[in-house]
This record gives sequence, structure tokens and C-alpha cells, in this order.
Amino acid sequence: MVITRRSFLALLAACVATVAHAQDRFITVASTTSTEQSGLFGYLLPIFERKTGIQVRVVALGTGQALDLARRGDADVVFVHARAAEEKFLAEGEGVKRFPVMYNDFVLIGPTSDPAKVAGSKDILEALRKIQQAQAPFVSRGDKSGTHMAELDLWKASGVDIDKAKGPWYRDTGQGMGPALNTASSMNAYLLADRGTWLAFKNRDDLTILVEGDKRLFNQYGVMLVNPAKHPSVKKDLGQTFVDWVISPEGQAAIAGYKIDGEQLFFPNAGQAGA
Amino acid sequence: MTATLDTRAPLRLLPLRLDNVTFGVGTRQIICGISATLEAGPRTMILGPNGAGKSVLLRLCHGLLKPTGGSVAWNSSELSGPRRQAMVFQRPVMLRRTALGNVTYALRLAGVPRRELEEQGLQALRTVGLEAHARHAARVLSGGEQQRLALARVWALHPEVLFLDEPTANLDPGSTHEIERIISNLHAAGTKIVMVTHNLGQAHRLGDEILFLHEGRLVERAAADRFLRRPESAEAARFLEGELPW
Amino acid sequence: MNGFSHAFQQAVDLVAAADPKLVEIVFLSLRISLVAVLFGCAVGLPLGALIAVNRFVGRRTVIVLLNGLLGLPSVVVGLVVYLLLSRAGPLGSWGILFTPTAMVIAQAILITPTVAALSRQVVADAWQEYREQLRSLGETGFGAAGTLLWDLRFSLVTIVLAGFGRAVSEVGAVMIVGGNIDGVTRVMTTTIALETSKGDLPLALGLGFILLAIVLVLNAGAFLVKETAQRRYG
Repeated sequence: MVITRRSFLALLAACVATVAHAQDRFITVASTTSTEQSGLFGYLLPIFERKTGIQVRVVALGTGQALDLARRGDADVVFVHARAAEEKFLAEGEGVKRFPVMYNDFVLIGPTSDPAKVAGSKDILEALRKIQQAQAPFVSRGDKSGTHMAELDLWKASGVDIDKAKGPWYRDTGQGMGPALNTASSMNAYLLADRGTWLAFKNRDDLTILVEGDKRLFNQYGVMLVNPAKHPSVKKDLGQTFVDWVISPEGQAAIAGYKIDGEQLFFPNAGQAGA
Repeated sequence: MTATLDTRAPLRLLPLRLDNVTFGVGTRQIICGISATLEAGPRTMILGPNGAGKSVLLRLCHGLLKPTGGSVAWNSSELSGPRRQAMVFQRPVMLRRTALGNVTYALRLAGVPRRELEEQGLQALRTVGLEAHARHAARVLSGGEQQRLALARVWALHPEVLFLDEPTANLDPGSTHEIERIISNLHAAGTKIVMVTHNLGQAHRLGDEILFLHEGRLVERAAADRFLRRPESAEAARFLEGELPW
Repeated sequence: MNGFSHAFQQAVDLVAAADPKLVEIVFLSLRISLVAVLFGCAVGLPLGALIAVNRFVGRRTVIVLLNGLLGLPSVVVGLVVYLLLSRAGPLGSWGILFTPTAMVIAQAILITPTVAALSRQVVADAWQEYREQLRSLGETGFGAAGTLLWDLRFSLVTIVLAGFGRAVSEVGAVMIVGGNIDGVTRVMTTTIALETSKGDLPLALGLGFILLAIVLVLNAGAFLVKETAQRRYG
């Protein structure tokens, strides 16, 4: 046979070497699907990398999953959008300090046919009540993500006990934002989405924004360095550099600079009190 | 034929002593108490009707099967070193290699040092007339050529005993003749031949003594000439009548 | 059908443009899967052959288990490997979570039972033919396994291809242990999953066509090699 034993071993070593490449200056950031799928990171991170030479590796999961990942020490920084969960994370001693970074808003997406007649409303709670009363199909992310937590908070605020009111109309998919949008699109259902992912989403079919602008739809993002005291493997200095940059005027300007079709997706607000 | 028996080892395998050997599968008894001694020298042919247990007996002697009762004992249990006893089957099994590769494979297993493999292998092929096919794929050789290759493979080992299980049953007369010639040469070089055959002419041509089996028992043992002309037992007589003469 | 033709057009465009990102993703996918196949076969082929050729206590249980593992869910493997490689896990100090190495490990774990189960079957079938002759020549269990593996090398090519197919099409495990990190652990299947979730279905499907094409070309190549060699060696 053509391949001798020696050349085979050499080939194997070469293969493993190419695959197991090392790049020392990098950090792992656990973030949400909305920041990745909206394309923000694709725009933002190269700017940071060019400036500092630090490669940012983003693992995009739901907020809950991202925080759990950090709790296992598998991330250096978390960048998520669920304040209550972030505060809990801090209280557990898992994070060093929380900095608000930017906000965007949620929008209520639905079919143009709008069976629950909520289009144009500025009251999200009223819209949700109408949807529940009409038993119109509604897709929930159901995945412990920031969006899911926000959705549950809104149901609660609207007075609907969603656990009791759940019926065939409420589709708990356990999926990320993109897949949930796909599901809603194929079912002609309502759902709560963050504006960033919606703007970047391409499979809209018959869906459109029906409710927006309600102050309660405000969606705040925060960034935290994972506590190196608890997880010695955390890249403390590199991670801190990232956190510092993201809330710095330069980082904030970069965030504001990200647009889709001329529309800004995220609004920087580091240093805003109470954010 | 200049190759001689390897007489380096002081102990010889033969004689082989079978002592009340039985072999059964489940409830069926295939060999029912056979006792015999196989000595060096005479070419032993094993004859018998179908189902008599000839192939099983051969395999018990060779060691492929273990008796369920009784014992199969070689003179010396010294079986290390070059393979002292070998077997050729009715259908030769060749590896997906060249003809030479198949021979050197057996040599390597027998412990022949690496640098001598090719030379000894080619020599073996020469004695059976297959040297021209040395670098050809073994599996594309004809049936007769493959059986010759099988013999080359065992010849290279210079065994003390060679068991053969109907080696020419599937071959045409020309190939059969070739195989018989090689077997005779092996015997001339000192290898004891123990062969199962259905071919009475072959038994006459190649055999010195005959072991006649019937329903798992050794019914008669005699010199080949006498047995084929004047069998003593009734079963043997019936058998010879029914068998084709060639 | 409009979606399909659109996707096909996307695939053609992507390939024609030789988009560097796409090229990087394709090569990473192939590298990871090929190395995984190497390891998976290095373990799986001998394991299957040894089980086929040797008698030992509990052999039948092992065979049933092995065949059962053919249906091992990839996402379960991913989860287990993740828990092992996580910083909070026993092998956390290796620091290889979210790297291609972790993906190779996950895929190799997936492939090995497949390769072992299939090779066991192939070798066992051949063993019926070879058994007496090899034992007569003095070949032992380990040696016989090796000899048979080499003799059956053409049939084994199909098994290796099956292993490769399983590896390169896998998405659940590599998503979990790789993290689908852009430029680091993003492979064809995870890219397809990502583009699907972003709603860019034509692009996702287009990438799917490309992946299929690559697998088909590899299979065709292996088949041709096998055919020619088989004709030579019989």
C-alpha cells in the first residue's frame, strides 16, 4: 500500500497540531443570542481586537445559560440582559462588579392579520391581556433567557397568571430568539423579541412589529467580570480590559455606531444611574 | 528436491498416539472411541463414507478441535519453533496479498527472521512451480494454483507431519496430478503425510497404509495394497464397491 | 421549490466567490472530522476485530451494548464531554473547552462505537471463512484480528466513510463543547444551525448543499480507490 507507517504518523501529528492550535491572548465571553445574532459582536469585537490584540471568543447562549456557564468557571466575562439574574449572580459572589452597558428595547411581533387587534398600541400589558383573551397563538422562548424572563415579568405585570392561563395557544418552545422567530413565522403567532435580533432576522414571512415604545419594553444590558477569587482560571487582566473598554467612551461610541439599514440597534448608557 | 526435514530439534513429534478419542457435538457422537498410533514413515490415507468422521478426526489430530473424551498425544509437547505440523484444507484460504506474501506470512508466524522471509518464500514457490506468480495477487489465481500455493506455504515450514483434507476434491485431473506430485515430493523430503480422500485411485497412488472409518469408529487398518484389493471388514467391502474407482 | 433554487444559487455563488470565511469554516470542519475519524478508527477497528475473533466471558453482552451504542445521541455525548472538560469538571485544568480539540474528542467518542460495531460484524462474517486456516498456521487472537483487518481493508473503507459521515454531519455535540465561536470553533454544521436561527434559510440551505457536495466527493474518491485496488487484489 502507498501510505507507509511512518508517513501516516507524521500526517497524524500534523493534523492534530493544526487543530489544537493555541492563541494565548484571548478571553471567553458568555453572552446572549441577541447580541450575537443581531450582528453587534461581529461589528464591535474587531474594533476591540485591533486596539488591544486580545481575541474575544463569544459563546452565545441564553442569559440563564450564560450565567450558569460562568458559574462553572468556563467564561471570563458575562454580557447579558436580565438585571435580576445578574444581581443574583453578584450576590452569589460569582461576579466582581456589574456595569450597565447599553439598552435596546423589546417589541411585540405578530402577524399582519393581527387577530388580537393589538397593532399600534403603546401599552404592552393591555396588548398581552388581549392576546390571552383571544387565545391567539403566542410563541415563548421558554429558555431562561433575558427575553424570556422579561416576557414572564410582563405577563405578571399585566395581571395574567401565565401558568394557569397557558393553553394550546401558548407555545413554549425552549428555543433561542432566532428559532423562536422562525417558529412564530411559520405559525403566524405573536412573540416578544428584542429589536436587534428582529432587525437582523431575515425570515419574516408575514410578521411585523405591532407594539413598541412602551417604557416597560426597555431592555438593559450589563457586563461583569467573573470573580477570579472564585474561579482562578479567569483571565482577570484581559477580561477587565474588555469590560473597561466596553464602558469607555470609545466602546460606547462603537456600540452606537452599529446600524442595520441606517437604524441604530443598541443605545449605550454606561454610567446611567440605576440602569 | 534437496530440502530435508529440520533435524535441529532433538525431539520429534511423532509418533502421535490417539487413545480412545471421542468427539461429540450436543447429543451427536461423531467420533466414538478411536485408538491408533501414527508413526513416522508411511503415508497414511483415511477413507470412509460420508459422515464417518474423517475430517473431524483430522482436525482432532491437528489440534483444531479438542476431543470430548480420550486423548490426542504427540511424542513431545515441544511445539515451539517452526510449525512442526501443518494442514491443507479442501478449499485453500488465501489472504488478500501476493502469492509470495501469503507464504512469507506463514513463515513469519513460524518465527523465521525477517531478512530470510523473501528468500525462503521464493524457494517454496519454486518447488511448486509458482515462482512466476510470486508478485501476483493470490486470490486471482485458479483453484489448482491456489492449492499449490497452499502446499508451498506449508512446504516452507518443513513440517514433520502434514494433514490434508481432500485437497484435490475440487480440482481437475491436471491440477490433481500436480498436487499429488508435490505431496509425493514432500514425503520424499521427510514429511509424514496423513490425508483424507474420496479418490480410491489417489489413495492407491499416494498411500502406504489405509485407516478406514465407519460411523466414527476405526473399523480397519491395513497396508494400502491389501486393503484396496481384499478388505477384511464387511463395511469396507461395501464401501469399496460403492465408491468410484478413480 | 423557489426556496431551493434560491439556496442552490447561494451555494454556487459562495463557492464561486471562494469567500475566505467559508473556506476557513470548511477546512476547519474537515480537519476536525478527519482527525476524529483517525482516532475513532484507530480505536474502533481493532476493538471490533478483537471482539469478533476472541471468545471471552460476557462477549454477547458486549456485542449487544456495542450495537446499542450505534444509536448514541450526539447531544448526550456533547453534554458529557462538556461536563468533563468544564473548569468545574474533572478535566477542567486541561483548558480545552471551546476549542477544536474538544470537538475532535466529542466526535471521536461518537464515531468509535459505530466503527467498532460495524467492523465487528464484518470481521465476524469473514472469520467464518478464515478461522480454521489462520488457527492452523498458528495465528493468535490479537494477530488474527490484525491480519483480518488488513485483509478486509476494502470493506473497512465503507465503515471509515460511515464514521466520517457521522462526524462531519454532527451538530449537537460540537455546538455544546465548541461553543460555535466565530473564527475558532465554528464549523459547517454549526454555521448552518446559526444561519437557520437567524432566519437566513437560503444561506443555511446553500451551506448544506456545499457540505453534502464535499461529503459526496470524498465518498466518490474513496469508492474509486477501493474499486481499483479490489480489482488488483481480488
